[in-house]
Formats: sequence, C-alpha cells, structure tokens
Amino acid sequence: MALDSRVPQGPIKDKWTDYKNKINLVNPANKRHIDVIVVGTGLAGGSAAATLAELGYNVKAFAYQDSPRRAHSIAAQGGINAAKNYQGDGDSTYRLFYDTVKGGDYRSREANVYRLAEVSANIIDQCVAQGVPFARDYGGLLDNRSFGGVLVSRTFYAKGQTGQQLLLGAYSAMNRQIARGKIEMFNRHEMLDVVKVDGKARGIIARNLVTGEIERHSAHAVVVASGGYGNVYFLSTNAMGSNATAAWKIHKKGAYFANPCYTQIHPTCIPRSGDYQSKLTLMSESLRNDGRIWVPKNMEDVLAIREGRKKPTDLSEDERDYYLERRYPAFGNLVPRDVASRAAKERCDAGYGVNATGEAVYLDFASAIERYGKEQAKIQNIQNPSKEKITELGEKIVEAKYGNLFQMYEKIVDENPYKMPMMIYPATHYTMGGVWVDYNLMTTIPGCYCIGEANFSDHGANRLGASALMQGLADGYFVLPYTIGDYLANDIRTGKIPTDTPEFDEAEKEVKDRIDFFINNNGTKSVDYFHKRLGKVMWDKVGMARNEKGLKEAMAEIKAIREAFWKEVKVPGSANEMNPELEKAGRVADFLELGELFAKDALMREESCGGHFREESVELEGEQKGEAKRNDKDFAFVAAWEYKGEPADAVLHKEALEFKDIELKQRSYK
Amino acid sequence: MNLTLKIWRQKDSQSKGQMVDYKVTDISEHMSFLEMMDVLNEQLVNAGEEPVAFDHDCREGICGMCSMYINGEAHGPDRGVTTCQLHMRMFKDGDTITIEPFRAAAFPVIKDLVVDRSSFERIQQAGGYISVNTSGNTQDANAIPISKHAADEAMDAATCIGCGACVATCKNSSAMLFVGAKVSQYALLPQGQVEAVDRVKNMVAQMDLEGFGNCTNTGACEVECPKGISLDNIARMNRELMKASLK
Repeated sequence: MALDSRVPQGPIKDKWTDYKNKINLVNPANKRHIDVIVVGTGLAGGSAAATLAELGYNVKAFAYQDSPRRAHSIAAQGGINAAKNYQGDGDSTYRLFYDTVKGGDYRSREANVYRLAEVSANIIDQCVAQGVPFARDYGGLLDNRSFGGVLVSRTFYAKGQTGQQLLLGAYSAMNRQIARGKIEMFNRHEMLDVVKVDGKARGIIARNLVTGEIERHSAHAVVVASGGYGNVYFLSTNAMGSNATAAWKIHKKGAYFANPCYTQIHPTCIPRSGDYQSKLTLMSESLRNDGRIWVPKNMEDVLAIREGRKKPTDLSEDERDYYLERRYPAFGNLVPRDVASRAAKERCDAGYGVNATGEAVYLDFASAIERYGKEQAKIQNIQNPSKEKITELGEKIVEAKYGNLFQMYEKIVDENPYKMPMMIYPATHYTMGGVWVDYNLMTTIPGCYCIGEANFSDHGANRLGASALMQGLADGYFVLPYTIGDYLANDIRTGKIPTDTPEFDEAEKEVKDRIDFFINNNGTKSVDYFHKRLGKVMWDKVGMARNEKGLKEAMAEIKAIREAFWKEVKVPGSANEMNPELEKAGRVADFLELGELFAKDALMREESCGGHFREESVELEGEQKGEAKRNDKDFAFVAAWEYKGEPADAVLHKEALEFKDIELKQRSYK
Repeated sequence: MNLTLKIWRQKDSQSKGQMVDYKVTDISEHMSFLEMMDVLNEQLVNAGEEPVAFDHDCREGICGMCSMYINGEAHGPDRGVTTCQLHMRMFKDGDTITIEPFRAAAFPVIKDLVVDRSSFERIQQAGGYISVNTSGNTQDANAIPISKHAADEAMDAATCIGCGACVATCKNSSAMLFVGAKVSQYALLPQGQVEAVDRVKNMVAQMDLEGFGNCTNTGACEVECPKGISLDNIARMNRELMKASLK
C-alpha cells in the first residue's frame, strides 16, 4: 500500500482553514447514531473524548487506571507552548512552527506542525475558560517562561504541575459529558485488540481488570490515545503502567509504525541509585531557566567529590566546567534536550561524572539564587544586604518558581538542593516515533485514529520542551473532532455495529488464548526479570548513541530474550480476577517485539538526527566538529513499518518529507 | 535492613480478609516504599505465591493512584508525600510495618490493598467542571485579569491529586477536604462564578449520597494530605454552600 499523507494543497498558512471549510460534516441529529471508542484518557484521549461527546457522538472511553485523572500526562511539569506573543518578544505562529520543525531536526511533517502552531493559542483560551489556574503576574495577566531550543518566552505554566492542571481540565470536561451520559467511562479496563470488519476498525476487545472478564465493544471508529513506548527501556520517566499494547495491537492488525528509533532521552532526571530502581524521576526542563549545568574541570576534584573528601560547593568558579555554556554560547543551558543529554553523556563517558556510579552532572542554582536575591533586595529597598540576606531572599523566589520540584528532589535524594547543587542524568522520557497517521490523524487502518504521543507526526526526531502538552490537546480538542467527521459522514446510515459476528469471535479468541497461555505456562521467571533484561539491551545498545554493530547485536539479543520469555515466564494467579502480573506479561510481550523493530529502524537510519545519534555519522571538522551529522539527501523521509510476523521481517515504506516553507539547515545552537 | 511486614490480604470484595506476615531482607534505605513492595512481590512470584495487589502508577507523587495505610497513617510516617515517595530511610532495621488498604465505607476493598474510589468520580461528575464547550472561540485568555493572589490560591486548591488520604485518615471518613478543594478552585476564579450555586449544592449532595461522613474539624486530613491542601478549603465550601442555600 502506498502511503498517502493527504496533506491538503495550497499555501501552508491556508491549508487547515481551507481544509476545514471543505470536509464532510455530520449533522447533529446523525451524530447521536454514531459511536466512537477512545482508548486512553490522558491529554489527547481525554480532550478528544470530551469534545466528541460535546459534538453529540456517543463516546466509550477506556483507561487502565481507576480514573481518567491518573493518566501520565498528569506528571508533565514545566508547561505548554502557545504562540500568543503576550510578552511581545517577536513570537508568532510561523516562529513556533519554525522552532518546532528545527527542534525536530527536520524530520516532521511540515503541514502538521504548522497546524499545531496555528491552534496552539486556542488551547490556552480553552483551558482558561475551563478554570485551569495558570500562573499570573501581578497585573493579573498570564505569565510565561522559556524552554530549551527557542529564543522567546512562550511557555504557559501552573507551577511545576502544568500537566496535572491541563489534565484535570480535560478530566472536568469529560466529567460533564459522563454526567450527561454522552461518555460511557470504562475505568480499570485495558484494550487488548482492535476488531476489523470489512477492513475498517469497528471495535475493540477489552479486559476488565477487576473481574478479568473479556468484553466486546463496537463503534464506528476507534481512536487510540495510549501514549508512548518509553517503558521498552524498563527504566524511564513513564508511569509503571504506561505501555504500548494498544498501539502495538493496531500495528499488528495493519497500522504502520513510524520512526520507532526517535526516542527522547531527557537531560534532567534524578540519577539511578541502585539495581532495585523501578522508575526514574524527571526534574522539569524549566529548571534550566535558572540552573547552570557543570562538572569539575579537574579529575582530582571528581575523585575527591566521589570519595566524599570535597563538596561541589568547595570548588571555585574556575575549577568548574560549565560545558553547555562553553560548547553552545548562544543557547547555553537552554539547548534542546537531545543536545543537552548527549553533552552530559560525553562528560560522564570521559570520566567526569560526579556520583558513585559516574553517571551524574550538577545542576546548580547558586547563581540564580544570588541574582534573584539582589533583585529582591533592590525591590524591597534593603541597603547593603548581607550575603545571608541575599541568599534568603533569592531562595524564596526559587522556591516560588520550583518549590514542588525541589521538594521532590529532596525526598528522593535526601539532600537539600537549595544548598547543594542537584545531581542529574539523562533518562528515557518521550517517544517521538509511533503509529503512522495521515493529516487526518488516521492510521493505515480505515476508521482507526491515533493521537497524542502514540502517533508520530509532529515532533520529528526530537521534541522541544512544553510541546507534548500542546500536541496532545491540539489533537484532542481541535484537530481530531474535525477530521473524524469527514470519515464518519459515510457512516450515518450504518447503524449500530453488532458484536456477535465472526470478526469479534476471532479477535476475542486470540485474546483469550494468549491469556490462557500465560496462566498455564509452567515457567520459573517473573515478568520483570525479562523486562529488565530487555531494558538493559535497549539502554546499552539502542540508547543515547548507537552503532551498526551494537544494533545488530541488540536485534539478536532481543529476539533471544523474547523466545526465552515465551518459554520461561511465570504468571501466578488466575485469569478471572484482578491480576497485575498478568497485565504486565501482556505488555512486556509486546515490548519484546517493539524493541526489536526499534533497533531495526535505528539500524536502517544511517544518519544522526535529533534523538537518534549514530556514531558513524558525526561532523568531522569545522566549527561543528563532533556534532550530529544529518543526511538529508538519503534520509529525509518518515520510515513507516508494515507488520509481517517477526519484527525483523517488517517492511519499510517511506513517506518523503518536503520542506517548502523552511530551508533545511544544520541545526546549530552554537 | 531486614523487616517484618504485616499486610492485609483479601482475595476480592466478597471474601473475608486477614493480616499476613512476610519477611523481607537487605532493603536499602534509598529504596522507595513501593520498591520495597516490588522486592516482596518478586520474592512471592519466585516462590509460586500470589503477589500483593496494590495500586500505583506514576511513582512521582502526582497521579494519586497509590493508597496504602502504613503503620496507622495514610501514606505512611513522612509528611507531604504519597506512598510512592515515601523512602525506606524513614524506617529502621528490625521494624515491623503494618500495611492496610485505605478504609472507608465509600472505598470498598477490591483486592488486598486496592480500593474502589469511584465514589470520588461520581462527586466530580456531579459538578466538578465549568460548562464550556470546546470551540476555539472562547474569549482571549487574557480578557479577564485574575489577581495573582486569587490565581495562586486557586492553584493551591487545584493541586489535589484525588488519592483519598483525607478520607482514610478521618475518623468520620469525611470527603470534605477533597470536595472543598474542587469547590474552592472554581469559587476563586471568575470563570467558576456562573455555576457556583448549583455546583456546590450538587457536589455536596453527591458526597452525602456516597456515604462519606461529616467534618468535625479535627484537621487530620490536612496533616495527612500529601499535597498540603488547607482546611480553609472546607470553610470556603461551607460558606459557598451557605450562600447557595440563600439564593
């Protein structure tokens, strides 16, 4: 099947408006006869479910947690971008579009990104109307902060809990529709397969996680909004339950999976402390507004710190290497995430890591505390303030900005980050790759849509900070509700989709057989045992830097782990009850396939771009020496993989990327 | 450190539960409480026994899913944290730790330490929203200035994670802090004024219907709340309810 992105014709700034004017609509009376399933209730799924229900469709929404409010969007801290230009610093739709395409290292679809930038301002308006308490300045207007990879202040925030507040906004919109009966909410349910009838997505098979019952649900369209696949690394900043099962199931039924190798390793996470570690915790990128990143210049100091003979605060300014400011003077500590992560890895690989594992760098707030302290002293008219007074005043400002993050750090690490620099290290955070979708956000299965982090389209090879929340809500509030109507307009006479059909029988049998296999398999090893092994291969060989040899090894090793898993896995308990081990087994089985495709995609892409760094492809000379080298001649395409049984046999389809409104350039942050 | 765990085991909502003793060894003080539970569960799986079911997800203290009652305190002995952020450095070698589910009539046990908090969902559905459709044509976000003070106070109320610790710790199993936080968030913002009367009446009515108890101002909820939601929110809710009843 040839890939058709269905990008409308015409100038980029008119595409979306013209397109909306021409697509098919479903009249309000007919919407009552159309059902839509939404899998996942984070920012994308929650906003989509609420909006579709407002429009009059009958929505069935599914979440594996006990409430839509628990989806992992809630953990997003820093903020949400929007081209409002409230600060008057030169922001515009075009500039947000440009920054996002550049930040994505020119591997995203131009038309989608422009649309995202276009609707970004509406999101802020909508959220304020819903009662989202964004931060405000003393004049009562909305405040902004800056994020990596951009030169304007366009990020709206609610303390360090922006994702929480936006999700609770979408959740409240859902609650209104649940109360009206327009959304039927299925909490503690997991989608285990999609059902196709005459080639179209017409329903799902779901498991009730409390009773273990297998249920059939039909609809005229299925929307998958199940988030990213970062947990393929075992350790990531994702929630424990975050999984790729819904996305992977639709892939196996015909949806192409695009660019799995584009994964974001976030630079500012709390370093690992031991082998028992179950997850990693992110510290918002917003901290880089005020925090300076450094390691000691001299190896003696590194050793002294590791052995506890010196503290970081003992080192003078000229004994410190502020390596981001040194390497990237224009953007400094606010370079994009992929660049900051690789720079931390480079220093730690060279031996300058500051904790016992050698995998940590400092994020230091001392300069910011001093700067804010002096400013406050002026504002409060305090003459000749003492150093202590300045520190006290400065700490107050830092606390107001990042208090909850500092508290979280202190609880985990047991060290006071106001007095001692934080230690940070990169960790898997976000997956730019995902299910391939066209301009309508429809996958290669007709009637099956994919939105939010689960799809691939807007962030290219690297996502900029505060853009995930923007994309999730853009897809759910402002894009999908239009585009899905164009498809559903053909279904107004279809009537309810029956579930007592051979297609549902077959899908249900497959699901039940797999569950029975797990329960009856007489293995000896826990699910986590295999998940941890997979994670180690992924991190070591498909992590921040990749090469041909390692990737080939990874593919073989993942295949071997997968085979061992199916032979030796042990799942206690039964199928007809709440059984968390059984849930994990199904998810890890899918990660064991996805991981291999991930490595295969990384092997195919013999260039470095964004979050994908191939050691064979670096600049060898000039000002950019050692930086990632992109290859636009051979690799300016989306890699969309078609499922053919074994992941190694997946077939590659290419969607060429054309840049008509932006010149392809090397991404320089120097 | 080596610990003895006394854990509530209950097969399902219909069965009778009981406390069961377990031992875990070599627990690091840097582990989170749930990582200690992971160690126990790995041990149980390897021994062919059923692991302890407990709710958890983000493990960053924000999703509100985790819900244990540890040594008689919701989310355990530390302050301002959820169970997932509680660290083993709060305990000593040789300790016996009692772990129970959140207990309240409106939170029936589903299995082991997992409880059903759908009563919270129904309260939110009764009025925890502003009726505004998604259009892209709502007025500009800066059209109505909101004082920083009000916005910050609304944010402090909105920070509730809906975990239910307030209910579990209250001797009356009252949900007033949870409901008060939502009512306050909207009461403090101009956008929330239009539906203020119905909102507070409906949410309180649903709360009563679900079987939550009344508030007797003991303040335990505020102490145990992992997000520091203040008792002021209960006072504000009562004031809103009084105002509403006069309209």
